[in-house]
Amino acid sequence: MSTAATPSREEKVLGIIETARAKRGKFRDEHITMSHGAGGKATQSLIEGLFVPAFASEALGAMGDAGAVNVGGARLAMTTDSYVVKPIVFPGGSIGELAVNGTVNDLSVAGARPIALSLSLVLEEGLSAGELRREVDAIAAAARAADVEIVTGDTKVVERGHCDSMYVCTTGVGQVDPRAQLSPAALQPGDRVIVSGTVGDHGTAIMLARGEFELDSQIESDTCSLWPAVDALLEETGPSLRCMRDATRGGAGSVLNELARASTVAMLVHEAAVPVAPAVAGAAEILGIDPMYVANEGKLVAFVAPAAVDAAIGALRSVPGCEAAVEIGEVRTEPPGMVLMETAFGGKRVMDQLVGDPLPRIC
Amino acid sequence: MRYVDEFRDPQLGRVLAGEIVTLVEPGRHYKLMEVCGGHTHSIYKYGIDDLLPENVELVHGPGCPVCVIPMGRVDDGIAMAHQPNVIFTCFGDMMRIPGSEQSLLDAKAEGADIRMVYSPLDALRIAKQNPDRDVVFFAIGFETTAPSTALTLKRARADGVTNFFCMCNHVTIVPPLRALLDSPDLRLDGFIGPGHVSTVVGARPFEFIPADYEKPIVVAGFEPLDVLQAVHMILGQLAEGRCEVENQYTRVVSYEGNLRALELLAEVFELRPHFEWRGMGFISQSGLRISEAYADFDAERRYEVPGVRVADPKACQCGEVLKGVIKPFECKVFGTACTPERPIGTCMVSSEGACAAYYNYGRFAREREVV
Repeated sequence: MSTAATPSREEKVLGIIETARAKRGKFRDEHITMSHGAGGKATQSLIEGLFVPAFASEALGAMGDAGAVNVGGARLAMTTDSYVVKPIVFPGGSIGELAVNGTVNDLSVAGARPIALSLSLVLEEGLSAGELRREVDAIAAAARAADVEIVTGDTKVVERGHCDSMYVCTTGVGQVDPRAQLSPAALQPGDRVIVSGTVGDHGTAIMLARGEFELDSQIESDTCSLWPAVDALLEETGPSLRCMRDATRGGAGSVLNELARASTVAMLVHEAAVPVAPAVAGAAEILGIDPMYVANEGKLVAFVAPAAVDAAIGALRSVPGCEAAVEIGEVRTEPPGMVLMETAFGGKRVMDQLVGDPLPRIC
Repeated sequence: MRYVDEFRDPQLGRVLAGEIVTLVEPGRHYKLMEVCGGHTHSIYKYGIDDLLPENVELVHGPGCPVCVIPMGRVDDGIAMAHQPNVIFTCFGDMMRIPGSEQSLLDAKAEGADIRMVYSPLDALRIAKQNPDRDVVFFAIGFETTAPSTALTLKRARADGVTNFFCMCNHVTIVPPLRALLDSPDLRLDGFIGPGHVSTVVGARPFEFIPADYEKPIVVAGFEPLDVLQAVHMILGQLAEGRCEVENQYTRVVSYEGNLRALELLAEVFELRPHFEWRGMGFISQSGLRISEAYADFDAERRYEVPGVRVADPKACQCGEVLKGVIKPFECKVFGTACTPERPIGTCMVSSEGACAAYYNYGRFAREREVV
């Protein structure tokens, strides 16, 4: 509503907000709370306000899903991730499978072909050997499927109660594909936004698997390796592929916000175009959460030049697991740093960065 | 989704929006308050603002149950949570609400055993699973959620549970509305009535709004077509010079309300002489506490808590924002000292609050032309 009594003050205040938004996050909290791990603003303040300044690494400062290093003539990408999912086995996957695919995907969306992984296990005293064996088998199977080798590892056991069954940490190395010329800075107004399939499957499957809601469903995690999808995209679109992200914690909504900020462009998403599985849409409706902010473990968001959009979607759809790939929006100029959504009902709204956890609403 | 998508039909929305345009007088500015935070949420989620004529403004009212909890009550809750042997349970959106020193999320990070639940029955289940611990449930909400707390206490008694306690922060809808309407500087033309609350209390309690204050109110549902239709009905009343209680949400709300739920509330709760609202001060007979009959379950009787009234920060002008006297950006601390990450006042606390909404979406509203 723009019937401002004092437009000058409004302009001033909006300017202040804009400056505050554009600023790098500051880490000023006294404790780590669960929000710092949720992938939203608090996580960002931790990364931008503590880690990046402390380590002063150019590759880290680029804040991609993987950092790149030159070794001799080769350009390598490296990434690491810890997996603490609860429960450790859920419909569609388990912690071991996730630990392989998650790290493989961080390399893949950085345009790097995954080569090798390390595997660190933190095991809780009392964990049954059967459970451990099953996860080791899951890790081996996922690594085979993703065509990566587990080349080194480590094991620690902690007292009962000091970890929840098991935590898994994997570090991955990949070789940057010469076809890839990816960078958030490459985004241009007019570029199209594509998702590789339905959003929100993994996070919803986990939430329901916890049994806190007493909802039964057939929703399965989408955990899988994204390298085949990336490989197909690179092959068909080459330099028209501007940038990719895997839409994990914080979901597709967080990825779009992160990139809009990083490249000072705006994005417009058409809600009606966003693919959501009916069961996920139903669960999200009941729990009052937005599937755009729910985690995926086998979906990427790709930004492509407008001329390449059909080729990109065609390439993705030829890959198993990406049959539902579709264009959901486009890159715009104004307002920079923001993501707008044209709702299925026909209105427009801001799709903001997440503050804290995506918690179900109570009324 | 069947039975839901019907209420989200964009074509019907466009038709309604077109009819709304014909109801507004050019040059007149309309301020309508949606009382319930659930409506605010729908308005943002579906971009309903964007479909209304520029001179129809929606003002967000005091109906977000999380935002209205005063700092002193949060402090009391945190004090209970810090007691040894207590498992403190609350709804997720309560966790971030700032008390005078810290939030429940901070208290949890410091080691208090605070658990998020989705219903009071979850809290009762935790009590049954932990018979050696005291389980406290921080109950919030209007008449909408109070019956579920009441039922939970009845269940606890029937099951012989003795380690379950409730810190009751339930509030009632009519007194704050009356307080709002009594303020001399109020500028509102009509109300979108709270649909969820009305499923319990009915449409009847809102008769005082047209009778005593000559403002129309339309009780509405929460789907986008519900909200648009309610706006249409209010503007229709204003255009015809009528002023009455109308019920848009007839598929759920009856005039008399849910009598069984009301009886239950009367059995388990009693009115407090007064209760403090963040941003609005003390309002008489606006809060519920646990009745004598259920005193065994009253956390406030079991635990000594500071019980200190913490004044709203001086610079905060949430009261004026709530009444529609000033816009969020006219508040002295808006966007500088008071932000969604570090909120000072109630309106910035929940994403449904007027200030948080303006912080996140205001710039977009200004730049609509260039989008």
